[in-house]
Amino acid sequence: MKSKKLSILTNGIIKENPVLRLVLGTCPTLAVTTAAANGIGMGIAATIVLVCSNAAISLLRNFIPDKVRIPAFITVIAGFVSVVQMLVKAFAPAIDESLGIFLPLIVVNCIILARAEMFASKNPVLPSILDGLGMGIGFTATLTLMGAIRELLGAGTIFGMTVTAEFIDPMIIFLLPPGGFFVFGILVAASNALARRQGKPVVEHLGCANCPSRSACHNAVLDGEEKPVECAAKATEEPKQEKVEEIKETTQEEASEEAQEKIVEEAPQEVAEENEETSETVEETVVEETDEKVGGSNE
Amino acid sequence: MSKLLKVTSSPHIRHVDSTRGIMFDVIVALLPAAIWGCILFGLRAVIMLAVTIVTAVASEFVWNIVLKKEQTIGDLSAVLTGLLLGMNLSSQTPFWIAAIGSVVAIIVVKQMFGGLGFNFANPAMTARIVLLVSFAGQMSSYVSPIEWWSSGAVDAIATATPLAKESSYTLRELFFGMHSGAIGETSAFLLIIGGLYLMLRRVIKPIIPVAFIGTVAIASLIAGTDLKLALFGGGLMLGAIFMATDYVTTPTTNLGKLIFGVGCGLITFVIRYFGALPEGVSYAILLMNILTPHINRLTLSKPFGAEEVAKS
Repeated sequence: MKSKKLSILTNGIIKENPVLRLVLGTCPTLAVTTAAANGIGMGIAATIVLVCSNAAISLLRNFIPDKVRIPAFITVIAGFVSVVQMLVKAFAPAIDESLGIFLPLIVVNCIILARAEMFASKNPVLPSILDGLGMGIGFTATLTLMGAIRELLGAGTIFGMTVTAEFIDPMIIFLLPPGGFFVFGILVAASNALARRQGKPVVEHLGCANCPSRSACHNAVLDGEEKPVECAAKATEEPKQEKVEEIKETTQEEASEEAQEKIVEEAPQEVAEENEETSETVEETVVEETDEKVGGSNE
Repeated sequence: MSKLLKVTSSPHIRHVDSTRGIMFDVIVALLPAAIWGCILFGLRAVIMLAVTIVTAVASEFVWNIVLKKEQTIGDLSAVLTGLLLGMNLSSQTPFWIAAIGSVVAIIVVKQMFGGLGFNFANPAMTARIVLLVSFAGQMSSYVSPIEWWSSGAVDAIATATPLAKESSYTLRELFFGMHSGAIGETSAFLLIIGGLYLMLRRVIKPIIPVAFIGTVAIASLIAGTDLKLALFGGGLMLGAIFMATDYVTTPTTNLGKLIFGVGCGLITFVIRYFGALPEGVSYAILLMNILTPHINRLTLSKPFGAEEVAKS
């Protein structure tokens, strides 16, 4: 049980790092990472909002009608953003100054909305909080890293301390948008290289098939084919059916309907437990298996 | 590559054109202006060109070794990129900045996009823009040429490029390059000679340079700015003849080339006349480079007898 919780937490930091693996929240990532301190400030503000909104939405998940869930999520998120914004304005006016419009824009940050939609609206409170915390830490770490790289190359400092500025003229382009895109691209390439070395799928294009969250997504389009409409209804049922295993690895849920149905028909309880075990011990094989199932069923 | 294309029956005449040959032609065409720049700006200019060329070739060499690719420095394209970049820099640019420019041109702009033939923008020119944005101060300090033909005692007076201020240069001085500026851009005369050589050798078509320079000239006439400064005072000749005619990053059809040239000219004029920057040639070419795939799609040539071009 403990390791499962831990894996939810670490999931967002490395395996599903929101910026580098899910490629979400690109706008604030590129815009505010001109200095390492900005990255930390933005990251912490977003993390607070993410944790609070995940918790609130998870508590409300049985009361929010499916059809108006997005406006409901946004309202909850906006409430927390207002709180955070006032706090930052009051206690860290310098960070408020440097983040500017991007602080209130956390409302429409797609990481927060995506976690509400994909995780918090289907899971109990504690896992949702852990998920928000993990994603937030991943977001903060990536932003800080990007900020540090850009600040070092573009201004010769890190966290405002002079490092190379005195003997090498900094390349100002790294503080400008092109430098942001460049550093972002290099980091995504590096994380892809690491993923490939570990034999995990890489982000090659931004379609559903390569999305690490495709399993949890209602409307994932796999192999260029849209899932039938009834899938959406089914997807909303799924969490209730699988209450036992709903905390398990998200990748598991991804088996497409046919495979899913078979499992449910044959021996729901056994298979579920079995899957749970494998997910704890050998995650990777499960990923491969489910991938195969999806491929097979679509043929 | 030629191994793949050996399916052949009839006797074919093999054309002598090769990447290496074309690159060599362009280098030859650039040499007069480069040598003249070295005479004007002295030893620093010679070292500058050497630094950019050596760094460019070394970058490509190292990249190919590290990524275990076929060695491509023999096609001379890296030499040409280095030479073009060096000719686009002021002789007062610090050498390490010039070296960074070469690395950016070869590694970032060319090799990261797949090497020669896959880059979407002209490497040398994009590298110049990167340097210009990054090191604005060091990049825009120009000097007057050494005036050894008159007083002989004066050495390196810092001035702005003629476009940046009201200047009293005569047409003759501007045309033959006795004014401040980047190493290779000053002598319109030698650059035009190089361009004519390339056109005679059928390496480039005259459409883009003529459309580019013509548009700038007409726009300057209409706006009432100094025509001789607009044509010969900045990087227009070097850009129009040698950078805007790059095969990879410009449209393939004649109509496309015309659109490209006129577009470059208009953007150059708009940046010079309305913008805060004194020079806009490189930005104009870069912007049109980005539009090139779209221009190509718009100006697809119809196969003979075909009713409508099949949509891809």
